[in-house]
Amino acid sequence: MSESIQSAPILSAEDVHVEFEARRGGGRARAVDGVNLDIAPGEIVALVGESGCGKTTLARTLLGLERPTSGRVLHRGAPLAYTSKALKRFRRDVQLVLQDPSGSLNPRHTVYDAVAEGLRIHGDVPDERERVADALSRAGLRPPERFFLRFPHELSGGQRQRVVIAGALVLEPNVIVADEPVASLDASVRGEILALLLRLRDDLGLAALVVTHDLGLAWNIADRVAVMYLGRIVETGPVEKILTAPEHPYTQALLSVLPEAPGSPVVLQGEPPDPTRIPSGCRFHLRCPVLASSAAAAAGVDDACRGTDPGVLAGGTATQVACHYAVSLAPSEQSP
Amino acid sequence: MALLEVSDLTVTYRTAGGDVPAVRGVSFALDAGQKLGLAGESGCGKSTMALALLRLLPKTARLTGEIRFDGEDLLTMSWGRLRAVRWAGASIVFQGAMHSLNAVQRIGAQIAEPIRLHSRAGEAAARKRAGELLEHVGLPARRADAYPHELSGGQRQRVMIAMALACDPKLIVADEPTTALDVMIQAQILTLIESLVAEQGISLLMISHDLSVLADTCDRLAVMYAGRIVEEGPAAAVFGAARHPYGQALAAAFPRIGDPASRRRPQGLAGDPPDPAELPPGCAFHPRCAVRLDHCDAVDPSLWPAGSGEGARAACVRVLPDDGLSLVPAAKESA
Repeated sequence: MSESIQSAPILSAEDVHVEFEARRGGGRARAVDGVNLDIAPGEIVALVGESGCGKTTLARTLLGLERPTSGRVLHRGAPLAYTSKALKRFRRDVQLVLQDPSGSLNPRHTVYDAVAEGLRIHGDVPDERERVADALSRAGLRPPERFFLRFPHELSGGQRQRVVIAGALVLEPNVIVADEPVASLDASVRGEILALLLRLRDDLGLAALVVTHDLGLAWNIADRVAVMYLGRIVETGPVEKILTAPEHPYTQALLSVLPEAPGSPVVLQGEPPDPTRIPSGCRFHLRCPVLASSAAAAAGVDDACRGTDPGVLAGGTATQVACHYAVSLAPSEQSP
Repeated sequence: MALLEVSDLTVTYRTAGGDVPAVRGVSFALDAGQKLGLAGESGCGKSTMALALLRLLPKTARLTGEIRFDGEDLLTMSWGRLRAVRWAGASIVFQGAMHSLNAVQRIGAQIAEPIRLHSRAGEAAARKRAGELLEHVGLPARRADAYPHELSGGQRQRVMIAMALACDPKLIVADEPTTALDVMIQAQILTLIESLVAEQGISLLMISHDLSVLADTCDRLAVMYAGRIVEEGPAAAVFGAARHPYGQALAAAFPRIGDPASRRRPQGLAGDPPDPAELPPGCAFHPRCAVRLDHCDAVDPSLWPAGSGEGARAACVRVLPDDGLSLVPAAKESA
């Protein structure tokens, strides 16, 4: 795995900003507010954060479904072109797996049609039957022929999610972007689907960006994790490092409130702030427990926390944190 | 004496396709001030259990057994008495607060309604109490004028909790109270529930698919599978050292971050939970069980003392003396 992570990224975000007009004239929402993110071939990256942090918008932008307001998306080093022809070619290589398979499958299409749809769109009709069968068995639905004529309502939740994954696999992509791939599944079934994603990486070298709020999922399958807060990645690095010795107070708080987490939970009060009004200085400073305690002042960074944006983290695979306090503790290692 | 005592409860739904047993003989007791977690996956009967406790099930459901609440049998209670027990004796926090709140009524009025009906308080007194309850669950009293859509998911769940507390119940049944909430909001709500329950000595029956949340919040845990409790005991014993293979699998499905055993090794169970209308013979779990024995399709074991901790029990032949072989019907044994 380590050598594959060294190789050139297959999909990247380069200083991506995505803004939306807020619904009721409330100004512009900066859903993604400067993100660099690289996904290497065969690498599983978990993008974690709470609802509204911009993780789904970033994923949609990486899929070409949303155009960045500024910055760009690179596919194998080349900027993504937003013509329908170029996007169609791009989507053979980068496929989306949606959450909630009951919503993403057409109830009136058979499993066969659902999986074959991608092939038909791309005009790969000749060996359709074999390729559908192959995708279904890779997704763990065996023997595939038994599932061809079934309808979604005849399948269990886990089986439906496998059909959605088969639909993504049939075009033989190199990257999948999965948005909460197991959030709607039962706990005992979830492990099987996650094991499938790991197996696909091992067998096919498939890279994945998994968007989730579930840190346990990241621990289960990801190589690298990027923690997003209010439009920015605030901490990133290898899963073992970030999930066991996080440096950003936000990551620390997220981990501390998990059931079974050691130590006392740091429960952040209030709701995550609004992307139309991103606080100045460090965007987390209004909720930051380190600033609220005297630790940031003792380290002499409290003015910076309130007034200086810690900046946008670079892409790549290095461990990085966008926090004045964390950087002040280890100045030589951290350079956001 | 236990505040809530459920004995051999069964719930069967009559459908066009025949009878569907949703709860198949469940017994448990909950003492005053105790917190019991009921865990299980979709279709295991845990939400049916919650509704059965306050007789909120549809007419197509047939109940047998006994539910004693504070010494009275809820199943034979008159409707008038039952109405008094609901809210004032026991109240429910449902999952999905958006759908449980009235979308076109201000939340203050919704909280005040049960207070007016149950305590015969005047309009003004009920409003005042609603404001106090909102403060109590961490919302400013002026939010009483808000409509549900003006609140976030976490705030709506706080309103649900304020309503559940409105008539000072002895028992709160919380059915997936934090499902669909973000981890930080979930932590806020769980901290709130825990502190309210401790402060007011309320008993809590919390129902969830998330065994790790229950283990963190509750004193005791019961794990349901296919309409039965298959494992119960002190929370730490059930989550950390389950004896039923399903209890073990469910506990393993929640990875502990930092534990090398679950790193790059997601744990799941092959297969799906059974359809309640077509349960497998013998132990309902045997088709998915990794450690099943030859006679598991012939024996349906009941709960048996197993594992560590007070009252820890598991319903698996492996905890029985002689692996439960003595329970095998003669026909199967000779075959």
